[in-house]
Amino acid sequence: MEATLPDRAQTNFFYRHRLMVALLAVIGIVITVGYLNEPRITRAVLSSTLRQSTPLVLGALCGLWGERSGVINIGIEGQMLLAAFIGFLTSVYTGNLLLAVSAGVLTGALLGLLLAFMSVTLKMDQIIGGTVINILALGLTGYYYQQGLLTQGKLSPVALGPLADIPLIGPVLFNNPPITYITLLLVAFSHYLLWYTRWGLRTRAVGEHPRAADTVGINVYRVRYINVMLGGAIAGLAGAFLTLEAVGSFERGMTNGRGFLALAVMIFGKWTPLGSWGAALLVGLTYALNTQFQFMGIADIPPQFMGTLPYLITIIVLAVFVGHARPPAADGIPYEKE
Amino acid sequence: MSLGIRSWVASLRRVTASISLPLLSVVVALLIGAFVIVLGESSPVEAYRALFRGAFGSQAALQRTLEKGTPLIFSGLAVAFAFKGGLFNIGAQGQLLFGAMAAAIVGFSLTGLPALLHVPLALLAGAFAGFLYGAIPGALKRFRGAHEVITTIMLNYIAINITDYLASGPYMDRTPGNIVSRTPLVAESARIPVLGNIPLGFIIALLVGLFIWWLLARTTIGFEISTVGRSPHAAQYAGIRVTRIVVLTMALSGALAGLGGAVETLGVVGRYQPGFNIGLGFDGITVALLGKTHPLGVILSALLVGAMRAGAPQMQFSAKVRPDIVDMILALILFFVAADLVRRWLVARRGERLLLEEEIQLSTGWGQQA
Repeated sequence: MEATLPDRAQTNFFYRHRLMVALLAVIGIVITVGYLNEPRITRAVLSSTLRQSTPLVLGALCGLWGERSGVINIGIEGQMLLAAFIGFLTSVYTGNLLLAVSAGVLTGALLGLLLAFMSVTLKMDQIIGGTVINILALGLTGYYYQQGLLTQGKLSPVALGPLADIPLIGPVLFNNPPITYITLLLVAFSHYLLWYTRWGLRTRAVGEHPRAADTVGINVYRVRYINVMLGGAIAGLAGAFLTLEAVGSFERGMTNGRGFLALAVMIFGKWTPLGSWGAALLVGLTYALNTQFQFMGIADIPPQFMGTLPYLITIIVLAVFVGHARPPAADGIPYEKE
Repeated sequence: MSLGIRSWVASLRRVTASISLPLLSVVVALLIGAFVIVLGESSPVEAYRALFRGAFGSQAALQRTLEKGTPLIFSGLAVAFAFKGGLFNIGAQGQLLFGAMAAAIVGFSLTGLPALLHVPLALLAGAFAGFLYGAIPGALKRFRGAHEVITTIMLNYIAINITDYLASGPYMDRTPGNIVSRTPLVAESARIPVLGNIPLGFIIALLVGLFIWWLLARTTIGFEISTVGRSPHAAQYAGIRVTRIVVLTMALSGALAGLGGAVETLGVVGRYQPGFNIGLGFDGITVALLGKTHPLGVILSALLVGAMRAGAPQMQFSAKVRPDIVDMILALILFFVAADLVRRWLVARRGERLLLEEEIQLSTGWGQQA
């Protein structure tokens, strides 16, 4: 298999990504046609898509940084939930939104530290480590939850000057609250960091073949610790998004499976930042359409069937388009120094 | 002969070690929980006394503990069984819902059957529903390469929606005055009785646990399942039909979860009502991990979790401590058991080098791709 030279068809970008290209083309046409006929609805659906995708892509980035360095994180749900809660409490008691978001991010990073401690230092089973975090977050937030607390305001949209005046694209992309912008930047930043920097190369090396990385002097433990904490911080931002930007209050179990869905998004995106972003947008779109259909009262279909749509589409896309996804080779395996 | 005795003593020591270490973990977790309760300005002594009273203090309390523990035995077995086959079934929740719904449908739509026929029939319906719903992620994994962690999570949400639809549409309880979405009560002949103070469902759970242990430890199928779990490549090489085994493992795991839902419907709730079974499947993950995926360990840890869930309301009532503290304590127990901190500490004191036992490692990665 390795012996054959790659021929032109295999190296051509458009050929290799023909399914994606076709999908993007179809989506582009649908959006254009939609906008020409129903500008208001199209705008609403696209904005909602972006909103719904934000916590998912953040969660996926969290999972991605951990797994690229060889640590599975199924505790994203818990990291998001506790960060959402701490961010919310900070906002309630200080009224400072910047401080509140920072508190959320810090909470996520600390839970990342806990996960790294469990899986790197204690060499615990990583699935258990993540489960510990999930239950812990559920217990802590439930135990300290008080009814009737309200944040003092939430993050509001910031229009980016003339960019916001472009038809359709302007209001959808350039008139958003801060965390949404940060998310888009984080996707680009993660892509750059993972593929074009020394840190990214080291991370991937540690995730694929820690022994080899160790031999050339890379500190495997350190790389894993930092990446898992970085991921935790990103998940914390997702939590902050939920309470401080999207909803403005905290409810028990409000992450509602988003942390797990984010894992799906990450695998769907084949452990790449851009892929995860695309996957998150697709899932976000199904949510947005779902809301829109219910709003327009397409009444013949029971709402529960519409409710299954995002999940059904994820399964179908996964089964039809993605095929065998390959995780980093050392994913989930504790590294034992010789 | 002396060798026989020595190995017998050794295995006895292993058994006591595998029970005493988790027990120590429980004690440490409770101590930390006590600290949290003190911070909340309640009395931990009072809280734990109430928790204990609520779980074991009376015949009724004991029955509640068994009732709470029973579905957890099933969902714990379901998750543990899949783990043995190298699969992570997060979908026990969805399979359990369909099991509960199927049992309810058979329970209320058939009438005039003797209980000896009706109950097994409804249980079978529940197990079969779980079996089918569990087979889907297994098949998707083998034929389309879709990872079971994702598909089972998605299938959970789909199951919640569909059972919700069934309970509020075609199978809704139409008795006058009812506006809640739920199915009618199952017929009396489909109810699983309580014998004395012991729910019969609990006995069924114990028997199923024994059966699973036997299946895994003593049969060819069990051997094939755990071989595939250790290495699908090696299994394939050894002539095991991996695809069949993977689908079967997921389906049987689903059947266990579905059976749990059925027992809950027929033994406790009496009907299907959306929201009543949420959490049982997810607790199954905790139970399976706590029991280190061994069927007997699963039974013990399910009873532990069941007792804490049963005692929590009493604790809230008499000591004003939120039941959510139970989740926190469970997380700590899981942490201490999994991290093996107690043993680490003992080993470090003796100045030995810690050998990582195989049993700590339940799953590596996202499961090996065959």
